[in-house]
Amino acid sequence: MALLKPRRLEYPFTPEQVGSLRAGQFVLVSGLVYTARDRIHKYFFDGGKSPVDLKNAALYHCGPVVIRKDSDWVVRAAGPTTSIREEPYLPRIIKDHGVRVIIGKGSMGKVTEGACKAGGCVYLHAVGGAAQVLAEKVVSVKGLYFGEEFGLAEAMWVLELKDFPAIVAIDSKGHNLLRRVKSASLRMGRKLMKSSDPFIP
Amino acid sequence: MKNHVQWESSLFELIRRTSVDLPCDIEQGLRRACKTEKKSSRARWILEALLENVQKARDNDAPLCQDTGSLIFYFQVPVGFDTNALASATRLAVARATRLGYLRQNTIDSVSGSACATNVAYGAPTFYFEQCARGTVDVRLLMKGGGCENVGKQYSLPAESLGAGRDLEGVRRCVLDAVVSAQGNGCAPGILGVCIGGDRATGYECSKSQFLRKLDDKSPVKILARLEDRLLKESKVLEIGPMGLGGNTALLGLKIGSMSRVPASFFVTVSYMCWAFRRRGAVLTVRGGFKKWLY
Repeated sequence: MALLKPRRLEYPFTPEQVGSLRAGQFVLVSGLVYTARDRIHKYFFDGGKSPVDLKNAALYHCGPVVIRKDSDWVVRAAGPTTSIREEPYLPRIIKDHGVRVIIGKGSMGKVTEGACKAGGCVYLHAVGGAAQVLAEKVVSVKGLYFGEEFGLAEAMWVLELKDFPAIVAIDSKGHNLLRRVKSASLRMGRKLMKSSDPFIP
Repeated sequence: MKNHVQWESSLFELIRRTSVDLPCDIEQGLRRACKTEKKSSRARWILEALLENVQKARDNDAPLCQDTGSLIFYFQVPVGFDTNALASATRLAVARATRLGYLRQNTIDSVSGSACATNVAYGAPTFYFEQCARGTVDVRLLMKGGGCENVGKQYSLPAESLGAGRDLEGVRRCVLDAVVSAQGNGCAPGILGVCIGGDRATGYECSKSQFLRKLDDKSPVKILARLEDRLLKESKVLEIGPMGLGGNTALLGLKIGSMSRVPASFFVTVSYMCWAFRRRGAVLTVRGGFKKWLY
């Protein structure tokens, strides 16, 4: 099975690396990623400057639990947050900053499909709620931006990952695995509602 | 209330355990689901990751999920018990659990947008108090994350687009629609809590209180137990699967309750709780000491 042979993705995420991924594949991500959620997306969308170069970088939709231990930051829990909230902002951010990989969770629509296709970008689905398994893939915290302005959960954390597991949900051709599952379930749902076997007490 | 310190410490332990330790009935549900998915499938791989996560959270004494959610406390107290003091001890316990990283700073002022450092604010945490003719205090806690809260739905019957009339077949159609609409977005495989009847507010309250039921129980109302069974089976053929990435397991469980309604309203309310089903409870003495754990 293709699944048992994960593809490896390493920062910086080149167009060639990312372009060869296909929806449904299992990947292990290593290297730098930047967390970004609602406040950061709105800030970039409104033309805010990035403190780091996001070309060929990954944005991770995540608001981690991070605590201070002596002079270091320690990640206590770090799974993905729902990505659909950022969909309206993504096309501009991908275009303006050259972001190559989005990591998050949940369904994304046509807007993200289009942005991935136009920008040679992929949307990777991480395992929602698996905050401990995924926190272990964070080797170190390399930096923190916007902590004061947006709060620690909404801040931009620079995380170094090692073999962070995810599934390609949208590839750079715009193929969308989640849309495929949704369409099939909608058809089946309609069939169940039309069935000649209504629920009667 | 006597023994404020003891109360704070017991409630802190309840929060800690709820955040880091998935209840046994849910973990078993995940294990059963895992066996029904094909080897080397995405669904199986995800369920195995979830089980690994459950174990790690326990071992690391760290939150199962970084979204530690909204905290909903259900208290049953002896007649005349001081619930104000109980609420204040609970707030202290919440603030301590936040300081120690068992809860994320997860409470946002809706007007200013600023985050609250303690998770204690107007409306946070949520309390339900009920007096009972017993000499002990029963406390249950749900921690419900935002991802799954966002996929809840309320229907007003008749709902023409679903062909849903004011009967149990209508309820069935609403629930099917809710499962399809939710896809994996509430961190599937989840558990559904459904309320038939009530008003717009009590419908959601009742649908969430279904999460206090054990995963493998059945509704004591026979007809609702049958409907629960049927809908759970039907949820599998939708092939939504864990995280909405395909497979049999869209739901681990489905619980239906009902409330009376006024003649003009017929609501069906569906709440979704993610697989990281943080629900714990305990029976405590009136002095705040543990008698036993529930779940």
